[in-house]
Amino acid sequence: MARQKLPPTQTLTMKIDDVDVTAKPGQTIKDVARDHDIIIPGLCYLDGLSIWGGCRLCLVEVEGMNKLLASCSTEVAEGMVVHTDSPKLRAYRKVVIEMLFAERNHVCSVCVSNGGCELQDMAVELGVDHVHLPYMDPDVNLDSSNDRFRLDHNRCIMCTRCVRVCGEIEGAFTKGIGGRGIDVRIINDLNMPWGESQTCTSCGKCVHVCPTGALVEKGTAAAEMDKRRAFLPYLTIMREAQR
Amino acid sequence: MSDKKKPVTIATVWLDGCSGCHMSFLDLDERLVEIAPLIEMVYSPVVDSKEIPKGTDVGIIEGAISNEDDRAKALKMRAACGFLISLGDCAVTGNVPSMRNVFDQKECFDRSYHENAQLQPMDPTVCVPPLLDKVLPVHQVVDVDLYVPGCPPPADAIYYVLSELLAGRQPDPLLLTRFGK
Ligand code: SF4
Ligand code: SF4
Ligand code: SF4
Ligand code: FES
Repeated sequence: MARQKLPPTQTLTMKIDDVDVTAKPGQTIKDVARDHDIIIPGLCYLDGLSIWGGCRLCLVEVEGMNKLLASCSTEVAEGMVVHTDSPKLRAYRKVVIEMLFAERNHVCSVCVSNGGCELQDMAVELGVDHVHLPYMDPDVNLDSSNDRFRLDHNRCIMCTRCVRVCGEIEGAFTKGIGGRGIDVRIINDLNMPWGESQTCTSCGKCVHVCPTGALVEKGTAAAEMDKRRAFLPYLTIMREAQR
Repeated sequence: MSDKKKPVTIATVWLDGCSGCHMSFLDLDERLVEIAPLIEMVYSPVVDSKEIPKGTDVGIIEGAISNEDDRAKALKMRAACGFLISLGDCAVTGNVPSMRNVFDQKECFDRSYHENAQLQPMDPTVCVPPLLDKVLPVHQVVDVDLYVPGCPPPADAIYYVLSELLAGRQPDPLLLTRFGK
């Protein structure tokens, strides 16, 4: 007799940090962990945007796998045993943060986002009190051509939240990624000054999802830039309600 | 009361920084009176001694390493002190002084001593230590035992760090300060 087709399992059981948890198929490890009040660090993931999986801060250990997996972009499976915190993970995450600081020019004391920056917060959370890697001191520029906003590549961590919000939520597709490797940069349209972009609606969504001082409102002095992130889950909920 | 503990000796230096970290230290206010009997300042911009005594217990460095004099002082501090603290963002990250690192030295000199000079524009050559190519955080030059970021680190953070060390415990400065605090 041919095997009979069973309906898909609706609930998976797995273990996260020695706690037995249940999950729905299709959920990511990060999601399931959060449902159970286990918060995994991350900088590129943002509720309401597609998953990027680029910052690697959310790496976790899964028993039986010989490499670390990005929990924001790995779906759960039946019987999975996940560890979200270990000396090894903490060491990797610290290095990720240190590399972000070393790769561009971060001078918190004079940064408009000082005190309201996710990179800073993450450094504190992960115990980064200095950067042991040599600073690269890249000569990167700053685009002030937009009337209301500024893009400061010195502070960009290439999380691509701005690219995703601009395309997926605003539908403008102004922000993009240009260059490769260490030379990668956020660009506007076909790499033109932001102020000359034909597609940008100046909605400001990119500014408010940006975790750092890379996208800011003009006219803000050191430590003055407050980001309003709460709008995004709201927009997403409203959209889904319309469908 | 006879077995009074020997005070912990402390040396501090001011390298490429604004002196704000030393000011923050003085901002301990009346708490200075509380810790005064427990410490002895053997070398510092705020006391009058010419050499860092060998065998000093704790060394505190404010400021980044920007020139040969800074480098020499950092090496002397490391050699003289048992436990070395990087105090403040300039020492820990390079901070504002390191903003010159994206320019080459000639550009910096032209800007400072020619474009902005009203009288006799010329590069200084005597009585000033040669600049290093790049401004470095202290730990790129000597080993550092404890990092206390902040611009400047709040007096509360400095008090906490000192009192923990005096009590023989390892402080976690990130409880009270961070980059840019
Ligand atoms: S973006 Fe954040 S980490 Fe970078 S300088 Fe500004 S406040 Fe500091
Ligand atoms: S302001 Fe709006 S449209 Fe313009 S780049 Fe940012 S998200 Fe895109
Ligand atoms: S500009 Fe901001 S949101 Fe865009 S990639 Fe850089 S850090 Fe991320
Ligand atoms: S949050 Fe998962 S890779 Fe960035």
